[in-house]
Amino acid sequence: MRSSNLGVIENLTAQFSKEETLELFQKICLIRAFELETKEAYDAGFIKMPVYLSLGQEAVAAALSLSYKNPYIFGQHRCHDLYLAYGGNMQALIDELLHKPTGCARGMGGSASIHDQAINMFGHDGLMGTQIPIAVGFALAKGKRVIAIMGDASAEEDYVLGAMAYAAHKKLPILFVCLDNGLSILTKVEVRRNWRMADVAASFGMRGVEITDDPWLIMHHAHHMSQSLPAFMNVHVVRHLWHAGTGKDSEPEWDRYELVKKELFNLGLDKEAETIRQNAENLVHELWSKSI
Amino acid sequence: MTVAETIKKITREHLIQNSGLTLGQCLTAVGWVGGTVPEMKEEDGLVELSMADVAGGGIAVGAALAGRRPIYIVRYQGFQWFNAAHIVNYAAKSKEMWGIPCPIFVRSIAMDGGIGPVASGSHHGMFLRMPGIAVYAPMTPKEYERGWEYFMAHDDPMYVSEHRRSFAIDYEMEDVIRSNADITLFPISTTRLNAREAAENLAKEGIICNIVHQVWLKPFSVTEKISDALYGSRYGGMVIDGDFENAAAKCLAFDIMHKTGKKVYALGLEERTAGFAPHFDNLPPTPLKIFNKIIDIVTK
Repeated sequence: MRSSNLGVIENLTAQFSKEETLELFQKICLIRAFELETKEAYDAGFIKMPVYLSLGQEAVAAALSLSYKNPYIFGQHRCHDLYLAYGGNMQALIDELLHKPTGCARGMGGSASIHDQAINMFGHDGLMGTQIPIAVGFALAKGKRVIAIMGDASAEEDYVLGAMAYAAHKKLPILFVCLDNGLSILTKVEVRRNWRMADVAASFGMRGVEITDDPWLIMHHAHHMSQSLPAFMNVHVVRHLWHAGTGKDSEPEWDRYELVKKELFNLGLDKEAETIRQNAENLVHELWSKSI
Repeated sequence: MTVAETIKKITREHLIQNSGLTLGQCLTAVGWVGGTVPEMKEEDGLVELSMADVAGGGIAVGAALAGRRPIYIVRYQGFQWFNAAHIVNYAAKSKEMWGIPCPIFVRSIAMDGGIGPVASGSHHGMFLRMPGIAVYAPMTPKEYERGWEYFMAHDDPMYVSEHRRSFAIDYEMEDVIRSNADITLFPISTTRLNAREAAENLAKEGIICNIVHQVWLKPFSVTEKISDALYGSRYGGMVIDGDFENAAAKCLAFDIMHKTGKKVYALGLEERTAGFAPHFDNLPPTPLKIFNKIIDIVTK
């Protein structure tokens, strides 16, 4: 089932303007540059807490932020990508990782429990999957659009399933996204269960898709799903590094960042892409350099 | 007005005037939670949740984050073993972690045994040990009103340890402090009724009891009233609770003892599992049990 082209629709990039595609790539580059700088800072000993890096899954948050705009955001422990894609304050995140009082959670949140009120992003409390029922309750009480992110492991929490079923029953305005890296730390999904989240979502009566992390594909589905909420998207992603920290066991199954770059080349946008990449790296490097 | 009528009135006004929410399971079933829930509808803010307890706790917390100050009703305190996770780990931490208040009014209802191993008694002890949440155990209409006023004036989550026996109560319970007391009782929740009865029976034996009712379990402070009553008591004091003894009873007894230097005993549910048959039940200390314990203390 897992592959870099699961569910891909031919010539989908043509549905999006050049500006949209370049903005998408800009966000992807920003997240990647940030996570690489974070890795360096961690490896150099500047960060004295566990870090949960989004390296490899940048495209999902970037795509969602462009196609599912201005939601109330409930992320999980691995959420630098979501925070940055939706415009969270980068300096405040750096400060948070460096244990400073100017951090987005004054040092209380670390890497895993970050938030930014300016983008309506709520913090995660560290218990796996709690963000899902909390997001459902928020959508119920507020009546506004919500996005709730989970992993393939937290999706197995009974309260995640119970809350999704309730959201479907009450037709709440919420998009559930499962970032499915196929692993709970190192235990593979097929060891843990014999069912698919998209099937479960469909059985609850909400639209569910299972796709790869192609960002244009995500934007396509998110756009259509946002017309008929609640909905569920299971996105296969590749976690390049360990669950926590910066270690690496093997080469990633695929690198979506490189695949997106290749697509931009095919679209004749390689020069613009290179400028974007360089600018993102410079910006992130400058902020980190000033901070440590 | 009874406690049940008071709760119903508060709830109705909250939904109508504050755009509040009330959430829980089986709210609109026969009895409307012991007559404490107004006969309103979902569009009014009275929301039936599914029977998924753990998810329900999270949904209620999400509603609190949204600013609706939800009343979350858990019909049996034993069900808090499922519901507590989101309340203590998110609602109670949110303000300290992120500066985002998450005020939720948790109505948690106890009863005196009769339904086996898990569901019936008080379980406020599990919330007492966690930071960021107030714990309150009202038994009278005015106490309930004061608790609600506190909740609306603050932005912390609040665990309200209710008891079914309180629902019919339409009077207040004054503390009893005498200058020549033998012992001071500090009863909590349903045991307040039992302590009053025990004190009357003890008086017939010539044993004089003070009674200082305990409503605020957390934050808990050893007030002058508590210490003055205790200083005047020959044999010290006793905290009595309908939760297990290794919970609020011992916590409060420790604080009072530490502050006053007087000996304070603890009496609660026994350290054993309750069964369904009456002889296997594990009830809050009865008047007779309180009576016997005090006789033991004063005749040692």
